Amino acid sequence: MPSPVSHDSIAVAEPVSPVPLPGRLARFRSSDLWYSFTRKRSAMFAAFALIFLIVTAFSAPLIAPQNTYDPSQLTLLNSEIPPIWEDGGQMPFLLGTDTQGRDMLSAILYGSRVSIVIGIASVILSLGIGLSLGLTAGYFGGFVDNILMRFGDVLLSIPTILIAILVSAVAMQALPPELREVGAGAVLVLAITLSGWVQYARIVRAQTIVERRKEYVQAARLLKVPARRIMVNHILPNTLTPIMVAATLNFGMAILTEATLSFLGIGMPPSQPSLGTLIRFGNQFLFSGVWWVVVFPVVQLCLLVVSVNVLGDWLRDALNPKLR
Amino acid sequence: MLVFILQRVLNAVMVMLAVALLAFLIFQFAGDPVAQLANEQMSQADRDALRERLGLNDGFVTQYLRFVVNAAQGNFGISYRNGQEVLGLIAARFPATMELVLVATALSLLIGIPLGVLTAIHRGRWFSEALQFTSIIGVSLPSFVVGILLILVFSVILGIMPAFGRGEVVQLGWWSTGLLTPSGRLALVLPAISLSLYQITLIMRLVRAEMMEVMRSDFVKFARARGVPRWRIQYIHALKNCLMPVITMTAMNMGALIAFALITETVFQWPGMGMLFIQAVTFIDIPVMAAYLCIISFIFVALNTIVDITYAVIDPRLRHATR
Repeated sequence: MPSPVSHDSIAVAEPVSPVPLPGRLARFRSSDLWYSFTRKRSAMFAAFALIFLIVTAFSAPLIAPQNTYDPSQLTLLNSEIPPIWEDGGQMPFLLGTDTQGRDMLSAILYGSRVSIVIGIASVILSLGIGLSLGLTAGYFGGFVDNILMRFGDVLLSIPTILIAILVSAVAMQALPPELREVGAGAVLVLAITLSGWVQYARIVRAQTIVERRKEYVQAARLLKVPARRIMVNHILPNTLTPIMVAATLNFGMAILTEATLSFLGIGMPPSQPSLGTLIRFGNQFLFSGVWWVVVFPVVQLCLLVVSVNVLGDWLRDALNPKLR
Repeated sequence: MLVFILQRVLNAVMVMLAVALLAFLIFQFAGDPVAQLANEQMSQADRDALRERLGLNDGFVTQYLRFVVNAAQGNFGISYRNGQEVLGLIAARFPATMELVLVATALSLLIGIPLGVLTAIHRGRWFSEALQFTSIIGVSLPSFVVGILLILVFSVILGIMPAFGRGEVVQLGWWSTGLLTPSGRLALVLPAISLSLYQITLIMRLVRAEMMEVMRSDFVKFARARGVPRWRIQYIHALKNCLMPVITMTAMNMGALIAFALITETVFQWPGMGMLFIQAVTFIDIPVMAAYLCIISFIFVALNTIVDITYAVIDPRLRHATR
């Protein structure tokens, strides 16, 4: 039946065809996004910085002078050595050591790895929850929608940092004591996820409500495409632009939340320190002159978050049709 | 109008009931309060009596309702840690936090608005680009990092600012203020700056965006055609039209700022509600945690509701749109 509806749907659906074309990279290289990226120096710089930080963090076991998880490598004889360019600096401790003889450079590399893994894991998890709930609520509307959005309202009426603190404190308490060290990372991911998914759910829901009324969705419904397939294959790709921006900025937020929780003493334990744990530890020695114990983790954390946020900022402008 | 107000208030009450449910659930998850309160020598009979007295044998709904009724009257029970009234503990810490938050809010308005106007007017010049970039850094720096760096520079290296505490305070009735003594004012400077930095960047970005919008509008063109001096247009006519969203955001962010103050308070050992809360978290002192959650959310929800209602009073279009 050659109805105008199905004709329209083909015209709309073609550009978002999920089939990987042979020249995917070439297509990306000729896209507006890539062009805008090459023209924006701060975005390029941030991307390189971020890639550098991630690569060095994940290759920490290969490049770090010391394995900070192995207590036998620490000796108190090496404690409080200043960075290499200061008086008394020693090889191989480029950035000095802390009060337990732990090499700061190694601690920072391992710590970044912990921070990045927790950040990525919680973004992926909150994306999963937010996208599926947002799609369902937006697509079906009615009762489901009402319940989900009310629940979201309640969560939004509590500041995110408070949710994260409460969830991680309570979850930690609920764990048996022998699992608390091992499970700390998972608890943090859970805490950050629970405080962050509402945002995605809201964006996707709003977008889904708009898309739901469009002809291509109606056509798919007429063809008896199952609701789940419509949501995932047809509507979801059209909501991804704002989601990409939100996910990038949220990655930065997740790293910050993790660092804050660890700084407050309800995050990663000292046995597997993240950047926040290192800062918490170094902060105790702020007045005793060993500034490198706190300054370097702080610098690393800021580099990480600033480069993520600069990228996110650029992405938001580049994908905003109003600013093109 | 009355219907609208009632609707908003009802909505706020529903949200608060849900928050109370969350706070109540913490009690359920975080272990047995009898085990926390009882000492070693207590017999099983004593424990059972305590359990009965605390009402832990009642049903879930009964316990929840009792929690809500008590909380609404300001009775959050006694602290597991030192056996004092929770409300009294929080009330004693409340002025410290509020002073910090109010001063930080004032700072963020006083600095954020002029910076926003400047970057909007001189768009493309080097200093406004630099400010814009600095604002990204300001958003990215976690507030505990800002606090640590401020302490490092001004207390450790320069040694001109106190790094912790509130200085001397004066009691005005139940309110203790540090604003009336020199040491109290000095102690407030670093915490207030570190708390307000994030807010400053937010306000600056908001004012910038609004200003750029308003400067394109017809009344600005008309004023320029009439020969009104440029500074007058920018700082009086245009700025006035930007302030509404700024005030809204400031009011709505106040609740978040009170919550965020807990980080600043921890860094600067500021004796406010936030530090009380963090101590409660490390000791799993659940009544204090639950009370803090309820009080912060109440301030948050109340501010939002007031802003909503004020908007409806000022702008009749909203009244009809939502009904």
